[in-house]
Amino acid sequence: MFRTIEELVNLADQQHIAISEVMIRTEMETTGRSREDIFSKMSRNLEVMEQAVQRGINEDIKSRSGLSGGDARKLQAYLKNKQPLSGTVLLDSVSKAMATNEVNAAMGTICATPTAGSAGVVPGVLFGLQSKLHPSREQMVDFLFTAGAFGFVIANNASISGAAGGCQAEVGSATGMAAAAAVELAGGTPEQSAHAMAIALANMLGLICDPVAGLVEAPCVKRNAIGASSAIVAADMALAGIKSLIPCDEVIDAMYRVGRMMPVALRETALGGLADTKTGRALKKQIFGSDAQSSMIKEQ
Amino acid sequence: MKYRSVFDIIGPVMVGPSSSHTAGAAKIGRMARKLFGVRPERVIITLYGSFAETYKGHGTDVAIVAGLLDFDESNKRLPESLQIAEELGIDISFHIDKNTQVEEPNTARIHLATGDDELELVGVSIGGGKIEITEVNGFSISLSGSNPALLVLHHDKYGSVAEVAGLIAKYEKNISYMEVSRQKKGSLALMVIQTDEEIDEGMAAEISGLPNILNVAVLS
Repeated sequence: MFRTIEELVNLADQQHIAISEVMIRTEMETTGRSREDIFSKMSRNLEVMEQAVQRGINEDIKSRSGLSGGDARKLQAYLKNKQPLSGTVLLDSVSKAMATNEVNAAMGTICATPTAGSAGVVPGVLFGLQSKLHPSREQMVDFLFTAGAFGFVIANNASISGAAGGCQAEVGSATGMAAAAAVELAGGTPEQSAHAMAIALANMLGLICDPVAGLVEAPCVKRNAIGASSAIVAADMALAGIKSLIPCDEVIDAMYRVGRMMPVALRETALGGLADTKTGRALKKQIFGSDAQSSMIKEQ
Repeated sequence: MKYRSVFDIIGPVMVGPSSSHTAGAAKIGRMARKLFGVRPERVIITLYGSFAETYKGHGTDVAIVAGLLDFDESNKRLPESLQIAEELGIDISFHIDKNTQVEEPNTARIHLATGDDELELVGVSIGGGKIEITEVNGFSISLSGSNPALLVLHHDKYGSVAEVAGLIAKYEKNISYMEVSRQKKGSLALMVIQTDEEIDEGMAAEISGLPNILNVAVLS
C-alpha cells in the first residue's frame, strides 16, 4: 500500500518492478481479487477508450448543444494533408484526446480517467504514442495502471473534482498521470515518472473550472487537447533527466491548497471565467433560454 | 483514504458528460432506489451547490432519475430517463436550492414515496464518479469511503443485527465498522456496515432475505 508518490516510487525501486506492477499488487491486496480479474477489467476499460477515440476521429460527432464536435477530425485531416508545426505524434495525441471528450460531450460512452471531463488526456497520449512506441496490448493496459497509481495518490491527498479543486484537479491531474505513464512506456524510471508528473501538474496549478453554459464542452475539450500535449512534453523533459525542483508530493499538496483558496465561482459553477464572458453568457441564453424551465423544476 | 481502488481513478465506464454530475448523480439515485427497494411513485429531488448551478448542462437531473429507474451509469438509456419515468407514471419534482450552504459542492437530497412508505437520502458526489451517502431518513451516517459498505434497512427487532453479522461471518468477511440507528424503539432502523473485503451481490441478496430485513444497498 502507498499513500504518497515517494512511497510509490520507493516500492517500485525496492522490488525492482514497474509502477504499474505496484498498482496491480496493491489492488490485489486491497480487494482480494485475482490478477487475471483485475487485468481483464482494465483491458475492458482500454477497449472503451479505444472505441471512443475511434468514434471521435471517424464519425460525425456533435453534442446536443452544438458547442463541441468535429475538431478531432479536423486535426486528423490536417495531419494527413499538411506538415504540422509541432509534430505528428503530439498532434495525433491531441486529436485523440479531443475525440474522447467530443464523444463524452455528446453523451457517448467513455471511461472516466480520472473524471469524464478530463477523460481525453490519458487515452489521447496512449493512442498517440502507439505509432511511435508500438506497445503490446499488455503494455497499453499497464500504462493505465501506472496512470491510475499516480491518480490514486492525487485523489486521496488532494482532489480530482472540478467542483472541489478547479480544472487543475481534473485536467491537471490527468496531465500529470499521462506524463508519468508515458515515461514508463518509453522505458524511463519510476523516479522520472514522478518528475514528469510534478512538472506537468506544476504547470496546471491555478487552472479554474469555468464551463460555458455549465456544459462539459468549452473549454473542456480544448483543455484536454493541450493537456495531452503538455503531458508528452513533460515526459520528454523527465526522460532527458530534467527534475522538478519541488517534489511531486509537494506539488500535489500545493494543488490541493490552491483549490481550497479558489472562489466558488471558479469551481464548476459556471459563474466565472469563460462562462461569465459576454459570449459565454450569450451562449448559455441561446442554449437554455432565459430561465425557461420544465414544469418539473422549481428554483429557489 | 476516500478512493480505494485503481478503478475509482481509471473508471467508471459511463455515459457522458460528467463523472461527478452525471455518473455520480446516477449512483446516488440508484442507491436511493436500492434502499427503497421498489420503483417509487413520487420523488422529490433537491439539488445543492454546483449540482444546483450546472445540473442542466451535465444532465444531473436526467442521471438521478436514471438511477431511480435502477439504471447504472453506463446504461445507454440513461439520456432518456425523464421520458421513461413519465411513461411509467412516476411523479417527479425538482427543487434547485442555490441558497442553502452545503459542506460538499455536489449534494443531492432524494425523497421517495410509494403509498405510505417513504425514504429520504442525501448523497454527495466527490469526484471521478465516486459517491458518499451522508444521511438516510434523517440519520447522519459517516462513511469514509475507504471500505466497501452495506446499508441495511430493517425492522428494529431483537436478533436482526446478530443475524446480519452472522451471515457476513459465514461469507468470511470482516466487519471494520458498524453503526445502527433508529427513529424510535421498535420502528425502522438502519445498519451501516463496512467490511475489509469486497461485498458481493450474492451476500447482499442473502441478507435481504433474512427476517426483519427490508432492503439492502451496497456502496462499493
